[in-house]
Amino acid sequence: MKLEIIPWIILFLPMLAAAGITLFTLKSRDQSARLSIGAIVLGFVLSVFFIAVNGWGPLKMESVASWLEVGPLQVDFGLRLDPLSLLMLLIVTGVGGAIHIYSYGYMHDDPGAPRYFAGLSLFTFSMLGIVLANNFLQMFIFWELVGLSSYLLIGFWFERPSAADASKKAFLTNRLGDFGFLLGILLIWDTFGALNFSAIQVELIRNPQALGALATVVGLLVFCGAMGKSAQFPLHVWLPDAMEGPTPVSALIHAATMVAAGVYMLCRVFFLLDASGSNALEVIAWIGGITALLAALIAVQQNDIKRILAYSTLSQLGYMVLAVGVASPTPAMYHLTTHAFFKALLFLGAGSVIHALHHEQDIWKMGALKNKMPVTFWTFLLATLALCGVPPLSGFFSKDEIIAAALNPEHGSVWLFLLTVGVALLTTFYMARLVLVAFFGSAKSHEAGHAHESPKVMTVPLLALALPSAAGGFLGIAHLYGKQLGQAHADYHVLAMAVSVGAVIFSFAFAWGLYWNAERDPLPEKIGALARAMRDRFYFDELYEATVIKLQEIAAAMADWFDQWIIAGLAVRGIHGTTELFGRALRLVQTGNLQTYAFLFVLSVALLLFFVL
Amino acid sequence: MTAGLEHYLVVSAILFCLGLLGVILRRNLLIIYMSLELMLNAANLAFVALSRFNNNLDGQIMVFFIITVAAAEVAVGLALIVALYRKRQTAHVEDLTLMKL
Repeated sequence: MKLEIIPWIILFLPMLAAAGITLFTLKSRDQSARLSIGAIVLGFVLSVFFIAVNGWGPLKMESVASWLEVGPLQVDFGLRLDPLSLLMLLIVTGVGGAIHIYSYGYMHDDPGAPRYFAGLSLFTFSMLGIVLANNFLQMFIFWELVGLSSYLLIGFWFERPSAADASKKAFLTNRLGDFGFLLGILLIWDTFGALNFSAIQVELIRNPQALGALATVVGLLVFCGAMGKSAQFPLHVWLPDAMEGPTPVSALIHAATMVAAGVYMLCRVFFLLDASGSNALEVIAWIGGITALLAALIAVQQNDIKRILAYSTLSQLGYMVLAVGVASPTPAMYHLTTHAFFKALLFLGAGSVIHALHHEQDIWKMGALKNKMPVTFWTFLLATLALCGVPPLSGFFSKDEIIAAALNPEHGSVWLFLLTVGVALLTTFYMARLVLVAFFGSAKSHEAGHAHESPKVMTVPLLALALPSAAGGFLGIAHLYGKQLGQAHADYHVLAMAVSVGAVIFSFAFAWGLYWNAERDPLPEKIGALARAMRDRFYFDELYEATVIKLQEIAAAMADWFDQWIIAGLAVRGIHGTTELFGRALRLVQTGNLQTYAFLFVLSVALLLFFVL
Repeated sequence: MTAGLEHYLVVSAILFCLGLLGVILRRNLLIIYMSLELMLNAANLAFVALSRFNNNLDGQIMVFFIITVAAAEVAVGLALIVALYRKRQTAHVEDLTLMKL
């Protein structure tokens, strides 16, 4: 067997699993789970095998199959294998595999479990498609497929109106971003006449001015796609609502992989964003920074455990986007990788807690879970520390690189640096709040008093994810990304390190003082209106309700009026009415009486003769 | 005074108009049928007269044709009327308005 067939198998295994489940095993929960889990675990094993045999080296395998030919447009269906995609392959199948197994325990009692696993497999297929795509069109198609499977999984409990609404919101918001992405792709095709990543890169190196004045526009349009998928301000509103889906879905899609797709894509096409004459990077950096700060502020005053994690995800995604914006894709991908580990772990831990408390998600109704759920607690704590950036856990290294990159004088600035430090402070604060309230103190509800550790099928994935979350900094991940995307700037590391560790200590002490043994949140009394605004998510949903949605409704009403009165009324019914009127008039002539016809016949012959002669 | 071409043609025209009036005004299908025959024969008369005065036999040949066709037509037409009468118990045109919507 040739080595290069392995990635194809990895890509299509989950699709076969999804098809198999939908076609044959919708009745059987166990068989569906086995198919789905088997596909992704096999994918993981094959990925490891492939990398072990082939190494990280750039096996140039592109355009394996010609797919479409329309006039001058030629689209291949190919896989691109380089350190960037291979590492992502490992993350998606590895983290995804752990989450698949965990789902088996979490969804144990749900009658819709087969449908759930089918959705999960479809998602894995689409995500692998994005990761391996070697051209824009292929990526865009899988990009949309990811949106679709996310829609299906957020709305998994579709009988709940909130879940149905959330899935619709996520899909529409994503589409908005994707529209920009599509425009960007069209513009790129118009300029280069090619959609293949490497072809565009070669062309751009040959002729750096190829994009001319459009460089910034192209960069920003492509960034639109990332803005939707990675939930960047101002399209960030869908991600917190997406927490309506089952918790493993939140862990897989809305923490580890799909939302990371935007950042991955930015790194994949970084050569475009960095093209000469483009100012896109500056905008990207600031959007990332604003998202990070805004989300961290909101997270401080949320009470739903999943929402806190959702805003934390938003904030970390903002970090990554900011890193891309300061021309440091390596730290961005590095943080994406470590974040995938510890954020998936956090979500799975939260899921374990929610499962034990019979779907209670309010942290103020938890408490004292430390001793009742030891595995969940220790893994959750580890992930929290990694997220806060405590050395020597994985998050410390990646975050430190981003903070250092923000100081890089070429692209970064002092303001961006201060922003990242502020976000680091807030991150430690809200995570400390979450852990102190949910796991320490006294049990604040009946369920919390009688909680039990989750079954093995759920705790083992926690332990499996805890390992890379802790040791992610020593695996040489940054070095691997660096080989492809360029090494991170080596300056300022000591300063960044000192500042981030200081932020953790300071912020933790602050949170300790406020939340140790707290029965209620003391913050609203201290900062009043600001806390209320944070709790209400800075009124973004209300703002969109009042502007975008109102506008859309007005436009829809106008379109409806036009359709009813102009198209259906004037055009369609007008033509139909005129014809009918003529018909009715002509029908009067048809008396049915033979002699009338004879008379008219004679009369017309007479008239004819009169005129002719 | 001998009868000239005009006399024949005038008689023919009168016959034709009588037939026409019969077709338009009479209610009974049989009478209408007879009126139709009258119109055909008016045409025959005109043909014969013109043939006689133009010294050309073409008109007379045409008359034979018309008589033959009219005979066949009478056979079919009368059969239709009889069949219609059997089915509808009437031979009046006012009752035969099935063509109307």
